[in-house]
Amino acid sequence: MGAQVYLDAASAAPLHPVAREALLASLADGWADPARLYAAGRRAQQLHEAATSVVAEILGVRADELSFWPSGTAAAQAAVLGGLAGRKRAGRTLVHSAIEHSAVLHAARTTEASEVGVDRLGRLDLDAWTTAVAAPGVALAALISASHEAGTVQPVAAAAAACAAAGVPLFVDAAQSVGRVPVPAGWSLLSASAHKWGGPPGVGVLVVRKGVRWISPYPQDDLYRPRPQGAPDLPAIVAAAASLRAVTAEAKSEAVRLSALVDRIRERVAATVPDVEIVGDPVQRLPHLVTFSCLYVDGEALLHALDRHGFAVSSGSSCTSSTLRPSHVLEAMGVLSHGNVRVSLHRDTTEADVDRFLAVLPDVVERIRKEAGM
Amino acid sequence: MITLDCLGQRCPLPVIKLARAIPGVPVGEIVRVLADDPAAANDIPAWCRMKGQEFVAGHGHRFDVRRIS
Repeated sequence: MGAQVYLDAASAAPLHPVAREALLASLADGWADPARLYAAGRRAQQLHEAATSVVAEILGVRADELSFWPSGTAAAQAAVLGGLAGRKRAGRTLVHSAIEHSAVLHAARTTEASEVGVDRLGRLDLDAWTTAVAAPGVALAALISASHEAGTVQPVAAAAAACAAAGVPLFVDAAQSVGRVPVPAGWSLLSASAHKWGGPPGVGVLVVRKGVRWISPYPQDDLYRPRPQGAPDLPAIVAAAASLRAVTAEAKSEAVRLSALVDRIRERVAATVPDVEIVGDPVQRLPHLVTFSCLYVDGEALLHALDRHGFAVSSGSSCTSSTLRPSHVLEAMGVLSHGNVRVSLHRDTTEADVDRFLAVLPDVVERIRKEAGM
Repeated sequence: MITLDCLGQRCPLPVIKLARAIPGVPVGEIVRVLADDPAAANDIPAWCRMKGQEFVAGHGHRFDVRRIS
């Protein structure tokens, strides 16, 4: 067995070397409270402002529209809850796709929700979306840029146009896209997560565009200015910004390289594993992520077997989830949920890693099926 | 009609039981699967689609599948 091969970038991408350097440097230099008026505090404030400018510039927004949160989840929930609170007079309905991140679905349970489905490939039903956002009482709409479970890229521009026509702000959870692929314009609120792009965990990004009414769902001094409670993890934020700058510079070439590897996985798995369903849109998809489900295979057994062969992958099967329910994304698409594997690649993934995975997978699946009597 | 009692069994066991029962079922006949695993409602229709069989109906923990090929 060779070295461990990590193929779960969609959960957390390995820390980018630039992020590691920036983290170490700012641990020494950015520990003070940036709100304080002495020299160390001012230095911390400068670092915070510099990190904010870097990320804002890459996302094409103003620095004062962007804030850092303790996670992508925290940023997404602040977007939904604050966006709803800011539009209380318009209504209390949140329109959202059926394949939002569970953090958004949890936030949706605090209000009236109107869910819009997806097709078998995981593409938003745009007609239903257009009707839903135009209904009376809609405060906010939420659409994930691309699901981390299926990889299908959503029609954000068209969905945003429908929202604009209805006068409804759109929140886009862009956790899987930022740092890899451009996110179309037209949204009002956006969230992202640094450890998906090679930054450290514990840094989320929230953007609220100028003119979008947002009211903090949390008790704090200035209810109209998005900012998290407590002291920010400044070294992590600095590292996140440095990493985003580095991955953005190489995003185009990496997308081409990883997308070719994903094409190879899609093609080889379908050819070498019988009774397998490759999930998601084969073309309109994230460059680095592919999901497939193997009939008659227990997802947990498959993950453990692949781990023993040195491969770290993820699964949307119920037996691997904390809730013991199948992935709501796979359910919404109506695709097989058991025996599910998600492979997500990153800048350290090599062609040899992928080929070794493809060589090992068919036997692993066959053995588990045999043990189950198939 | 054959009934497969898969209550209390976790996915993919109900689907495995169904797949093993199908060869012994005449074409046109219905197999009823009783399954309370939360994945069954999704995975039994998905199996029918992948294997070219007809998913007739699902009610609660009861799923009817017709062998058509």
